[in-house]
Amino acid sequence: MPLITSSKTQPSYDLIVVGSGAAGGQTAYTAVMEGAKVLMLEAGRNYVPESETPMFQNNSNAPLRGASTPDKPFGFYDSTIDGGWEVPGEPYTSASDDPERKFWWWRARMMGGRTNHWGRISLRNGPYDFKPRSRDGLGFDWPLNYEDLAPYYDKTEMLVGVFGDNHGLENTPDSPAGCLQPPPAMRAGEQLVRARGKKLGLPVIPIHRAVLTQKQDADVLPKKIHPNNPRAQRLLADAMRARAACFWATPCGRGCSIRANYQSTTVHLPPALASGNLDIVPNAMAREVTTDANGKATGVVYIDKTTGQEHRVRGKVIVLAASSAESVRIMLNSKSARFPRGIANSNGLVGKYIMDTVGARLTGQIPLLENIALNEDGAGGGHTYIPWWLYKEQLAGKLDFARGYHIEFQTGRHMPSMGTASGMDAYSRGSYGKKFKEDARRYYGSVVGFAGRGDMIPNDDSFCDLDPVVKDKWGIPVLRFHWKWSEHETRQAKHMQDTFAQIIDALGGRLLMKPEADGAKAIEPGGKIIHEVGGTIMGADPRKSVTNQWCQTWEVKNLFITDGGPFCSNADKNPTLTIMALAWRATDWMLAEMKKGNL
Amino acid sequence: MNAPDLPLPPRRLDRRTAIKWVMTATAAMSVLDHAAFAAAAPAAGAAKGYGTDPDLMKAWKPGEAWPLTFTASQRATAVALCDVILPADEKGPAASTVGTHDFIDEWISAPYPGHAADRKTILDGFTWLDAEAQKRFRKAFTALDARQQAAICDDVCHLPEAKPEHRQGAQFFRRFRDLAAGGYYTTPEGMKDIGYTGNVALEKYEGPPPEVLRKLGIA
Repeated sequence: MPLITSSKTQPSYDLIVVGSGAAGGQTAYTAVMEGAKVLMLEAGRNYVPESETPMFQNNSNAPLRGASTPDKPFGFYDSTIDGGWEVPGEPYTSASDDPERKFWWWRARMMGGRTNHWGRISLRNGPYDFKPRSRDGLGFDWPLNYEDLAPYYDKTEMLVGVFGDNHGLENTPDSPAGCLQPPPAMRAGEQLVRARGKKLGLPVIPIHRAVLTQKQDADVLPKKIHPNNPRAQRLLADAMRARAACFWATPCGRGCSIRANYQSTTVHLPPALASGNLDIVPNAMAREVTTDANGKATGVVYIDKTTGQEHRVRGKVIVLAASSAESVRIMLNSKSARFPRGIANSNGLVGKYIMDTVGARLTGQIPLLENIALNEDGAGGGHTYIPWWLYKEQLAGKLDFARGYHIEFQTGRHMPSMGTASGMDAYSRGSYGKKFKEDARRYYGSVVGFAGRGDMIPNDDSFCDLDPVVKDKWGIPVLRFHWKWSEHETRQAKHMQDTFAQIIDALGGRLLMKPEADGAKAIEPGGKIIHEVGGTIMGADPRKSVTNQWCQTWEVKNLFITDGGPFCSNADKNPTLTIMALAWRATDWMLAEMKKGNL
Repeated sequence: MNAPDLPLPPRRLDRRTAIKWVMTATAAMSVLDHAAFAAAAPAAGAAKGYGTDPDLMKAWKPGEAWPLTFTASQRATAVALCDVILPADEKGPAASTVGTHDFIDEWISAPYPGHAADRKTILDGFTWLDAEAQKRFRKAFTALDARQQAAICDDVCHLPEAKPEHRQGAQFFRRFRDLAAGGYYTTPEGMKDIGYTGNVALEKYEGPPPEVLRKLGIA
């Protein structure tokens, strides 16, 4: 069973999975390894990282030196195809014209979705992150504990390959021995921030990112991941042997042709396809989930983008893993006599409580880092970060916001781009000629950028519904977003600004931007961090949530949502690792329920 | 004060090994039955730019994605100004010898938001520059000697210090310098000039050597 066209689908499948990214990839992988027959629908084209990744191209090979454009918002070489904040022919709308109340929705219409370009930052949610309401009275508790998900974090880290180490810090979980790959050495600037950060009480430690710093142990890991399943062990061992370790060059955002980092297309899909249990139809734009008279899901209707034709496929279990907002859209468009407000939406909560991550940034120029002539490409992104360090102060009521953030930062000499020697006026005093070239060499790599990534609390003003008028080019009603940050988030963004300014000062640097005193101005727009979660939140009470802890909708037993939709809080930790762990746990349970005849 | 550059001898993978890795990974993809599916055509509606699914593997040249703008005389001015800002020195060639002016032409000709403003800034700037050269020396900017060119550039090179009558020229000069720097430092010659030594496959990443840490005061 391979990549197929619409005409080659089987009469019925055990599972239909909509989406091929972190959620769809993990769901399909888990299911096919256990022998389930799966059909995956992907709205974008097929994508082959091994032959399509511009690994060593430099920016002078690209139009506009690779600079960002509306066609490629993260730059020419970013591994996003037919995607971005706007997708031609596939609009979304905003309920408000106020820029502060707009939600930016990022999509990638390609095999593997956003996993091809993501930052690979893979942090576990901590115990507090699953019980935020119990801790501070805000938002919602998850209907599961950290301990429930921990074994799945272990397996996910081993499967995809995550580097990092353990520091025993509060709400920053350690991984058991054998889960993590060794972290790479810290770069010069990262070590400087660690040394100077100590005085400010900031713990600078290795970040966790889904990049192989050494080859995976194909003799050991598959047995741990799939005990009692020799076939899965063999398939996974083969897949692991086909991955190379990082060779310390080329940015991860371009994707990786040697499969050194995680993307669904290089890690989940190859062994899943090799199992023979997976069919994938690309260019398949899912429109709705069909149901029978009893309210059970029966299949999916999709538009084949290559022909414009409508197709119906049947499955015993339907899994939406289309990205949280896209899954909401499919559910709201799945209307029937039994579900007039959309499938599994009798309580009207589908689309409610969408969240992103709080983001703010500040950059500084650090004289100490001038003229450090090193190759610091390293593992593509940052090697270090600063986990939230003020839990006790927050608990004691010393801060004017409820939830924390971590700090990601970038140092060193990156491959020159349009930004490399621009805007030097602030310190070069208008030099040109040979002096300008000397200045460019001197200041190159001496700029450090800090970015905060913080917890957002779900609120009643942030949700999406169907636009009553607008349809996409396939005739499918589109989403309309409603958005509002609360003061917990804007004050947190202000705190980020103050902290970054203190760090830059402690580094002996000068600010290249003025720290923003107004948190509402410092905070990035909703959706801009591309950590879109919520909309089909999980809970313990069917009246107050869309799914249970197994990502199963309360109303339709054979309908599951395994993307970020069931998140009922959005910790500061980047969501992808948790999406995969939750999807794995949900799929294990789903398969067990199928065997029992319960679905 | 400039400290001397501190070299890190990279443990390079030889090219053959690096290529072997890539080839192995490529062979391993045979499980993906990609022959069945050619890439979909780029989305319609983005025809003005390079679209949302451009070929990332080919080496693009200015003029391929959209038509260029410069007249012969504008091009000559761009060449001259590129080399005034980024002249040849012991670390690298003059900017025009690596096509920096063609890149600026590509940039100001691009059909994306923001580029139209740069187009106006740069083309109006060329007009201003020639008018200024005529006013002061009765010659086109390209015909001036180095000292005469410098006399004009010194008045416009630092916007915060520019006199009111030179503000337009200073705004133009600042933007042109940023574009020229981006165009130059992204070329292989420019990357070498500025001291970028990455984009090569290494066997190990070892972090900064002790002398760097000592310089940073954290050894």
